[in-house]
Amino acid sequence: MNKTPIIQVKNLVKKFGNFIANDNLTFDVYKGEIFGFLGANGAGKTTAIRILSGLSAPTSGKVKVAGYDVYRQTEQIKKNIGYMSQKFSLYEDLTIRENIRFYAGIYGLSRKVINERTDELLSKLNITNLGDKLISSLPLGWKQKLAFSIAIFHKPEIVFLDEPTGGVDPITRRQFWDMIYDAANESITIFVTTHYMDEAEYCDRVSIMVDGRIEALDSPEGLKNTYKAKNIDEVFLKLARTPIGEVGRG
Amino acid sequence: MKQFIGFVKKEFLHIFRDMRTMLVLFGLPIAQLLIFGFVVTNEIRNIKIAIYDRSKDDITIKISNKIISSGYFLLHENLTNINDIENIFQQGDVKEIIVFGPDFAKKLEKERTANIQLLADASDANTANLIVNYTMAIISDYMKKENQLTETPFQIVPEARMYFNEEMRSVYMFVPGTMALILMLVSALMTSVSIAREKELGTMEVLLVSPLKPAQIIIGKVIPYVVLSFINAVIIIVLGYYVFNMPVKGSLTLLLAESLLFISLALSLGIFISTIAKSQQVAMFISMFALMMPTILLSGFIFPIENMPVILQWLSHIMPPKYFIIIVKNIMLKGVGFSYVWKETLILIGMMMVFIALSIKKFKIRLD
Amino acid sequence: MRNIVYIIQKEFIQIFRNRTMLPIIFILPLIQLLILVYAATLEMKHIDMIVMDKDLSSASRKLVSKFECSPFFFVNGSTFSIEEAENILKKDKADIILHIPADFEKKLYKENKSELQLLINAINATSAGLTNAYANYVIADFNKNVIAENINFFKPSFPKNININYSFWYNPELNYKIFMLPGILVILVTIIGMFLTALNIVREKEIGTIEQINVTPIVKYQFIIGKLVPFWIIAMFELAFGLILGKILFDIPMIGSLFLLFGFASVYLLVALGFGLLISTLANTQQQVMFIVFFFILTFILMSGIFTPVESMPVWAHYVNIINPVAYFMRVIRMVLLKGSGFADISKEFFSLLIYAFIILSLAVWRYRKTV
Repeated sequence: MNKTPIIQVKNLVKKFGNFIANDNLTFDVYKGEIFGFLGANGAGKTTAIRILSGLSAPTSGKVKVAGYDVYRQTEQIKKNIGYMSQKFSLYEDLTIRENIRFYAGIYGLSRKVINERTDELLSKLNITNLGDKLISSLPLGWKQKLAFSIAIFHKPEIVFLDEPTGGVDPITRRQFWDMIYDAANESITIFVTTHYMDEAEYCDRVSIMVDGRIEALDSPEGLKNTYKAKNIDEVFLKLARTPIGEVGRG
Repeated sequence: MKQFIGFVKKEFLHIFRDMRTMLVLFGLPIAQLLIFGFVVTNEIRNIKIAIYDRSKDDITIKISNKIISSGYFLLHENLTNINDIENIFQQGDVKEIIVFGPDFAKKLEKERTANIQLLADASDANTANLIVNYTMAIISDYMKKENQLTETPFQIVPEARMYFNEEMRSVYMFVPGTMALILMLVSALMTSVSIAREKELGTMEVLLVSPLKPAQIIIGKVIPYVVLSFINAVIIIVLGYYVFNMPVKGSLTLLLAESLLFISLALSLGIFISTIAKSQQVAMFISMFALMMPTILLSGFIFPIENMPVILQWLSHIMPPKYFIIIVKNIMLKGVGFSYVWKETLILIGMMMVFIALSIKKFKIRLD
Repeated sequence: MRNIVYIIQKEFIQIFRNRTMLPIIFILPLIQLLILVYAATLEMKHIDMIVMDKDLSSASRKLVSKFECSPFFFVNGSTFSIEEAENILKKDKADIILHIPADFEKKLYKENKSELQLLINAINATSAGLTNAYANYVIADFNKNVIAENINFFKPSFPKNININYSFWYNPELNYKIFMLPGILVILVTIIGMFLTALNIVREKEIGTIEQINVTPIVKYQFIIGKLVPFWIIAMFELAFGLILGKILFDIPMIGSLFLLFGFASVYLLVALGFGLLISTLANTQQQVMFIVFFFILTFILMSGIFTPVESMPVWAHYVNIINPVAYFMRVIRMVLLKGSGFADISKEFFSLLIYAFIILSLAVWRYRKTV
C-alpha cells in the first residue's frame, strides 16, 4: 500500500458554544486504505466526518481532503467524495432506479453512463428485477446497501460512511463489509465511523475517539499489541476508563 | 394523571420554545385585525375620477367641487374630449368619468332639467356599483339643497337611523369576522398539523404504546392550543376595544365562554382533519382550503350571505364561523343576552359533538 | 446545467406519485374557484323589510306597495311598536324597518313636508349604506309621482332636476363573477405554488435527504432552480386550467392578450415561489414554514385588493403593497382580461416584479446553506 496521504488533519478543533466536540485532532488517511473511526455515541465522530465532507466548517486547525482545503474549497472536495449519513437518505417514495438516477444526475453523470452503471450495479447486487420497486418496500439491510452503492456510484476518491451498519442484522453487516472491501479494491479510500468494535477488526487502521479526542491510532493488530488486549473491544474499554479521557471533557 | 401533566408540560414547552411559531401565533391576530380595521373596508375613499365638463358654468363647477371635496373621490384629470375613454380605463387608474352635458346651468334653469352622465369602470362590479351610488347621492344632495331654497311642495324627507353602528364603521363587521377567522385557523390548523407531524415522524406510535390513553394524548396535545387561542381571543377583544373603539355591550363572561366553545369546536375539527390526513402537508392543505377561503367568503364576514345564490346560502349553514360571528355581533354590538344566541350556541355544540364522534370512530378503525 | 433536469424530474415523479396530494393540488382549488366565485357579491338582492305604518292612509299604503314592488325589498311583516321594531332588528329578522308616522299624509299635503324614518341594522356598514341608498331611491321615486300628480293644482314652478344616467363599462350587467374569478384564481395559484415550494426544501431537511444533496457538488443556484421549476410549471398549468374553466362556465371575457397575461404570470410566479423558497431556507420544520407562509399569504391576499379597492386603503397600506406581489398580479390580471390593457399599461408592474424576482431569488440562493 502506498502512503500518499489523501486526508490531512492537523490540530482540528470544533466547538459548539462552550462544548468542544473535536479537541485538537491530528491524523492522516492514506490513499486506498480503510480507515476506521471508533468511538461511543457522542464522542465526536459525526462532527469530524461532517467537517471532512464539507458540511460543516471547523473552528480551527488545518484540514485538507483530496488535496483541497475545507475552509475554502468545499465544493471541490464534494466532487471527489461520497457520503453516507447516519440518517437514512434515500427517497422512500422513489424507486431504486429513480434514486440512483437522481443522485448520479446531480453529480453530473450523463444519462448513458447512469443507465450502464445502474444495470451493472443491479446485477452485481442480484436485484435486476427489483429496480422499479419503491425504496419504502425494501428491508432496512437492502436500503443501507443501496445507500452505500449510491454514495460510491460516481466513483469518488474517498467515501465517508457515518455508522453505515446501525440497526442492521449481523449477516447483512457481513455482506455490507464485503461491499466495502470491493470498493477499496477499486482504490476508493474508505473513511468509516462505527461503534461496533468487531467492525474495527476489518479496517486497515483504526483511530479511537473518546470525548472528542483521538486516544489511539494504529492498525488493529498494533493496537491489540500496544494495549495487550485480545480484541479491540478490550482496547476500547481500557482507553475509555483511563482518567485522561475524563479530563478531555470541555 | 402525573404522566398526563408531564405530557401536557412537554407539549407547552414544544410550542413556547419555538420563537418563530410564537411570533406568528401572536403576530397574526394583531396584524390581521389592523389590516381589517384599516385596510380592508368596503367604504370607498380617494377613488380617482376624471371630469369632462362641457359647460364649465357655475353649477357644474359647484357640483364638481362638491364631489371632489367629499373625500370619496380624487380628481385625476380634466378631460377635453371624450374620445379616449377606453384608453383611460385601460391604464387602470381612473375608475369613473363624470360628463356634464352642454349648457348645463342654462338648461337647468329653463328646462328645469339637465344631464349628467356617469361612466364607471365596472370591471370591478362591486366597486363600480358603490362609486356610482356615492356620486349620485352627492349630486342629488346638491339638488335637494338647491330646491329647498325655492320652496317645493310635497317633500318627503326620509331620515335614516343606523342601529348598532351609528357611525357606519366597517370595523364593527371585521372584528367579529377576524376573531372567527383567527380562532378557526390557529386552532384547527395547529392541532391538525401537530398531530399529523407526530404521525409522520413516527412519534405517534411511541405515544400510543405509552401508558397514556389515546384520549389523554389528544387532550394533552390540544390543551396548549386552547390556551393560545384563548389568549388570542382576548387580544382581539382588547385591541378591538382600545384601537377601534369596538364596544362590548353585552356580557363579557358570555362572550369569553362562547369564544371557548368556538375554540373547542375548531380544535375538534382539527383533530378530525388529522385523523384523515397522513402527512403534515395534507393536513395543512385541507385546513387551508376547507377553512380559510370558506371562512372569509361564506361566513358573511365580508359579503352578506343573503345576497348569495341559494346553494351557497345552504352551504353557509354548515360553516361554523357563521354562527360564531352572529353570536359575537349580537353580544358585542347589540348587547343582547344568552336568550338571543342560544340557538346558535346549540348549533356550535352540536357541530362539535359531530366532529368528536367522527374522530373517535376514525381513531378506533385505525387501531383495529 | 444537466443536473437541474434531474432535480426537476425527481420532483415531478414525487408529486405525481403522491395519491393524496394530487387531488389536493389540482382538484380542490378548482372546486373552490367554482363555488367561491358566487359568494363575493355586494349586490343587494334581498333586503328584508318590516313596516311600521302608524298612518294607515292611502299615501302610506301606496308607499309600502311601492316597496313591495321593488325587486330588492321583501316586505315580510308589520309592527306597531318601536320596542318591537328594535327587537326585530336585534333578532336579525329584518334589515330595515320603515317607520311611517301617524300624520304622514296630512303633513305631506298640508305642510308640504313630511318625515319618514328608516331604522337600519348597520353592523355591516356597507350593506347598511346600500340599503339606505336603495330605500331612498324608492322613496324619491314615490315622491316624484306624488309631486307630478298634484303639482298642477297648486304651484306652477316645477323643481329643478338633474337627470343622471350612468353606464357601466366592460361589464354592463355588473356581473361580479367575472371580476372575482381572476382574483380568486390568483389566490389559489399563489397558495398552491408558494406552499408547495416552501414546504419542499424543509421537508427534505426533516427527513434528512437534504444532507445527502449538500455533500454533492451541486451549485446552489442550480439547486434552487431545480426546486423552483416544477412548482412554477404546476402553478402555470393551474392558472391556465382555471382560466379555461372560467371561460367555459362563466364566460369571463379575455379581451387582452393571453400571451401578455402568461408572460406576466411567469414573472409573478418567480416572485411568489421565490418567497416560498426563501422562507423554507430560513425554517427548520414544516410547521414553522406553514405558519410563516400562512401569515404572509393571508396578509398579502387581504391587502391585494381582491375584495376591496386598493385606492381606498390608507397611505401606509400603499407602501406595504409595494412588497406585496399579489397586489401587482391582482391588478394586472383584471386589467388584461377585462379591459384589454396592453404592455404599455402594465409595464410598470412588469418591471417592478422582474426586479423583485431577481432580488428574492438571489436572497434565496444566498440564504440556502450547504453547510451547517
